Amino acid sequence: MTTTAVHGVDAGPSGALAGAGMRVAGHDVDTTHGPILYLEGISVSFDGFKALNDLSLTIDDGELRCIIGPNGAGKTTMMDVITGKTRPDAGSAFFGQAIDLTQLTEAQIAHAGIGRKFQKPTVFEQHTVFENLELAMKADKRVRVAARARLSGAELARIGETLELIQLRDEVHRPAGLLSHGQKQWLEIGMLLMQEPRLLLLDEPVAGMTDEETMRTAELCQSLAGRHSVVVVEHDMDFIARIARTVTVLHEGSVLAEGSMDAVQADPRVIEVYLGR
Amino acid sequence: MNPMPPPQLRTPLAAPPHPVLTRGGWATVTFVAYLLFVLVPALNLLVPEGHAFHLSDYFVTLAAKIMCYAIVALAMDLIWGYTGILSLGHGLFFALGGYMMGMYLMRSIGTEGVYHSQLPDFMVFLDWKAYPWYWSFTDHFAYALLLVVAVPGLLALVFGYFAFRSRIKGVYFSIITQALSYAFMLLFFRNDTGFGGNNGFTDFKRILGYPIATPTTRMALFVATGALLLAAFLLGRAIVTSRLGRVLTAIRDAESRVMFCGYNPLHYKLFIWTLSAVLCGIAGALYVPQVGIINPGEMSPANSIEIAIWTAVGGRGTLVGPILGAFIVNGAKSWFTVAFPEFWLFFLGLLFILVTLFLPQGVIGLLRRGGWRRP
Amino acid sequence: MPTMPTLAATVRRTLTIAAVALAAALAPGVACPAPKLPSALVSDLALGENDARVSAIGALAATGSEAALDLLQALQDGEVQTAGDTVLRVRNGRATDAVTGEAVVPLPPSRDDVVPNNRVRRELAAAIAALKLASPDRATRLAAAQALQSGADEEMLPAIERALAGEQDPAIKALLTLTRATVQLGSPDRAKRIAAIRALADSRDANTRMLLLPLVEKKGAEFAEPDSDLRAEAELSLRAIEGRLATGEMVGRIFSGVSLGSVLLLAALGLAITYGLMGVINMAHGELMMIGAYATYVVQNLFRSQLPGAFDWYLVAAVPAAFAAAALVGMALERSVIRFLYGRPLETLLATWGISLILIQSMRTLFGAQNVQVENPAWMSGGIHLFSNLVLPWNRIVIIGFAAAVVVSIAALLTRTRLGLFVRGVTQNRPMASCLGVPTGRVDTYAFGLGSGIAGLAGCALSQIGNVGPDLGQSYIVDSFMVVVLGGVGQLAGTVYAAMGLGIVNKFLEAWSGAVLAKIAVLVFIIVFIQKRPQGLFALKGRMADG
Repeated sequence: MTTTAVHGVDAGPSGALAGAGMRVAGHDVDTTHGPILYLEGISVSFDGFKALNDLSLTIDDGELRCIIGPNGAGKTTMMDVITGKTRPDAGSAFFGQAIDLTQLTEAQIAHAGIGRKFQKPTVFEQHTVFENLELAMKADKRVRVAARARLSGAELARIGETLELIQLRDEVHRPAGLLSHGQKQWLEIGMLLMQEPRLLLLDEPVAGMTDEETMRTAELCQSLAGRHSVVVVEHDMDFIARIARTVTVLHEGSVLAEGSMDAVQADPRVIEVYLGR
Repeated sequence: MNPMPPPQLRTPLAAPPHPVLTRGGWATVTFVAYLLFVLVPALNLLVPEGHAFHLSDYFVTLAAKIMCYAIVALAMDLIWGYTGILSLGHGLFFALGGYMMGMYLMRSIGTEGVYHSQLPDFMVFLDWKAYPWYWSFTDHFAYALLLVVAVPGLLALVFGYFAFRSRIKGVYFSIITQALSYAFMLLFFRNDTGFGGNNGFTDFKRILGYPIATPTTRMALFVATGALLLAAFLLGRAIVTSRLGRVLTAIRDAESRVMFCGYNPLHYKLFIWTLSAVLCGIAGALYVPQVGIINPGEMSPANSIEIAIWTAVGGRGTLVGPILGAFIVNGAKSWFTVAFPEFWLFFLGLLFILVTLFLPQGVIGLLRRGGWRRP
Repeated sequence: MPTMPTLAATVRRTLTIAAVALAAALAPGVACPAPKLPSALVSDLALGENDARVSAIGALAATGSEAALDLLQALQDGEVQTAGDTVLRVRNGRATDAVTGEAVVPLPPSRDDVVPNNRVRRELAAAIAALKLASPDRATRLAAAQALQSGADEEMLPAIERALAGEQDPAIKALLTLTRATVQLGSPDRAKRIAAIRALADSRDANTRMLLLPLVEKKGAEFAEPDSDLRAEAELSLRAIEGRLATGEMVGRIFSGVSLGSVLLLAALGLAITYGLMGVINMAHGELMMIGAYATYVVQNLFRSQLPGAFDWYLVAAVPAAFAAAALVGMALERSVIRFLYGRPLETLLATWGISLILIQSMRTLFGAQNVQVENPAWMSGGIHLFSNLVLPWNRIVIIGFAAAVVVSIAALLTRTRLGLFVRGVTQNRPMASCLGVPTGRVDTYAFGLGSGIAGLAGCALSQIGNVGPDLGQSYIVDSFMVVVLGGVGQLAGTVYAAMGLGIVNKFLEAWSGAVLAKIAVLVFIIVFIQKRPQGLFALKGRMADG
């Protein structure tokens, strides 16, 4: 994985036209004013329950942001809004300066350069590790192209790099369904990297991992920051403490506190939320 | 995590090969082609009747009929086995293709009907004076072929667009397609629809100027059916071994991940769904001249579900399996309905239950597990 | 498709009628039991073109003779054949000459069937009806008069007039007067037409309106009917009829909509429970209804043979019997097959379809492939005469009430009992309910039994308004699925609204576009509706709904 690849230079001629008729490509994201993601005044309610309540949040380009909060604070719903799975009742969500996320489908958002790892690892269990990465790879994803697609040497090399990064080189031709839980989590992260996203959303990336795997994941997350913007939602406080630069605390659908890990941990409101009232 | 051997000791990363067919596969296909295009015609036409090696006309027609079903089962496998979408409307596409061909065949009868009119008998019976507009040009074979592809294809495209766009899936999709098929059956039962109502089309006399019931015509249709079955199989193989095919199975297994990978599942589903419908239409068009009748009963929900069981019996997601399944189930049907007609439904019902309970991989799965062949 | 007779045909027909009438008048009394038929008419009938056949039928009807009825009946039954120029009646391998009535021995070796086309068949039916008006049996005459309402034309007039003169029964007389008016509307005589228009004002039949409407419509700039007096009369009659019809029609349509809705509701209710609970699309649901209907049939037979005095109350025993029979079969299925397929809805769909095939064939083996007779108890026959053109049949009213009672009991069962609590718990969150000690396996079995039992009740209700046969379930299954799709899952209210809505919409569309097109329109509507609300009318939104 190289920095140039992220900016789409060697993504091949198909990169700019990626996706079925979709013209939004990752390197078009306008971050001249700094932030890559703006959420403003987002509200979402399900049958009267306010999952998000006037949530506003900004993520800077290249930043690594950790988001914590008790159950039901709206973390997953926020990711749903960013990736187009849920439409907000009110508020706006912009990717860079110009891309209105509330107007795009999930596939278009993925093309625009947002990758998402689910809470429960979702990989293609019947496909091999290699095929999982191949399917996720940034490419022209229209039907008629997929029907005749052949892997180029550069693409093969990129799959190789990612395999090394996620340490699944030896499992490359195993069906993903046979991997351990932690390996699946890594494979999913690898699939995100193959998409060459500008913004990575990681929903509980270390759930179910051993301590050693958790540590390696923390290293991976830190190495990604700078090249990508990364948003991590996690319950594992040790993990957060290890990687966090800026932490945002969500509570009842809006931002309760924001700052460095130490500052947040010292905030009396946060303590109250976590330790009960 | 496994300890890794040092990088220099590992084999270089290579893309896994995805050949359309293995060498053994190509050999089998060649053999089947020889069987269909040389052996069967010779045994039927050249070997005299009464000779031990003579293949009867009954056998040829039955085999051709089942090959039509096999094309449908193959189409069903593409959409259900590979993409995970169970259609209960494939009988409709099959029947529509059949009706389009039937229109041509009806017009080829000319004035040899019971009423000796230019119009088909059922129109004379209804006291119609002219063909309805949608019968225009159907006396041209090429136009009929176009309709065979276009009518099921367009219906599938439009219906599929609305259904997939609103993300109808699983059993919902199944029962909506069933309702679609049911509605069309009611429509075609009406005399006013202009497709012969209850009785549909029958009493065909000739096709492309040749009398329809001679051994040579029958053999020509048999060979055409065989060729299309092989072509459909190879097309299916080409699709499922391409990246397109891998996206389809990915949609089956984790559709939301496919979306977040940047694929638009709507386009993929629509493509395979429409292709599958077109294959059914072509199979129907081949079926009608050989069986000599098409009526709205072909659209009944029961027929569409039976297609699913052919596919399941053979083994979903294998392409070969459904072809095998079509032969097994329909072979059994021909035997049962002669030997024990009252037990056929019991057998079929049990087949549905036992296959879903005990044979989720179908016959192919059984053969593979039995060590006959490695996957 | 009505066709304009050519001038030549009309002239010929008129001449023939005159000749026949003359012949009838000159016939020597009634002493001769089988007066011979005019051979020209007979050969026209058997050998002529369609136009000639139609006029021959008219002329034969006008004779009013029994021999004519006999011959036309024979033609309708496919017993008329021709051998060269001779017209034969062939029955049981014995032929008689259609003109002379004498036996023809031996049977001519080469004979052709006379096959009437649709238009000729219509004429034939009308002519037979006209001739039957002379029957001494009231029921036959009434049936004939009703049949004539839609099929009479000018040739039948003499027969109708003759019947009117002799008819004593007021109901038949009223019918015939209307029919005569309908025919006379096309008469060239202006006075007759006006009289006819006035007579039609008394009609209670919606079809009469169709007859009068063309008189007042414009064709391009001009009125189709140039005579303004006539138009005014027609206008008056139309208004009288429409006023009488409108209220009745509207109430009638809503009633039949609610009635269809309650049948759909009964059929879909059980399906919604099993689908909501286990995500199982039970394709054998229709067959469970069929079992309920057959249970009703068996109970009815038992009452007839064992307790004939209490026959009117057999339903009291049939309702629980139908519930129990279907519930037991359903629970057996759940234990033996469906249990193993949870989480695989498509496979369940196929397996339950297999079950339905077995159930159908079992019923065929046990009770025969033919429909069986289930009789309404006496108190359910007849109905409330609400308007001139509207009778609300008791059996329909009872079923609406029955459906309401079933819904209320189910609602009570689900909200007030422990089983209901468990069912709701398992529907919403199976693993959690299981963790809390709910015996999910047993809840599944009971809930499936409950859903199946409700299907049995639906079958019991259906036996009171329709045919009971092995295919009974097949005709309802698609419709009840549509109710479930529209209503959404896990909500009783959704099912109720969807069933009633579909029932009423269906009946209104039917009146407007015919039954088949109405069904198609409803399907299109559902597909469009799902675009807006993929989870149905009343569905949970949010995380839970993703499933």
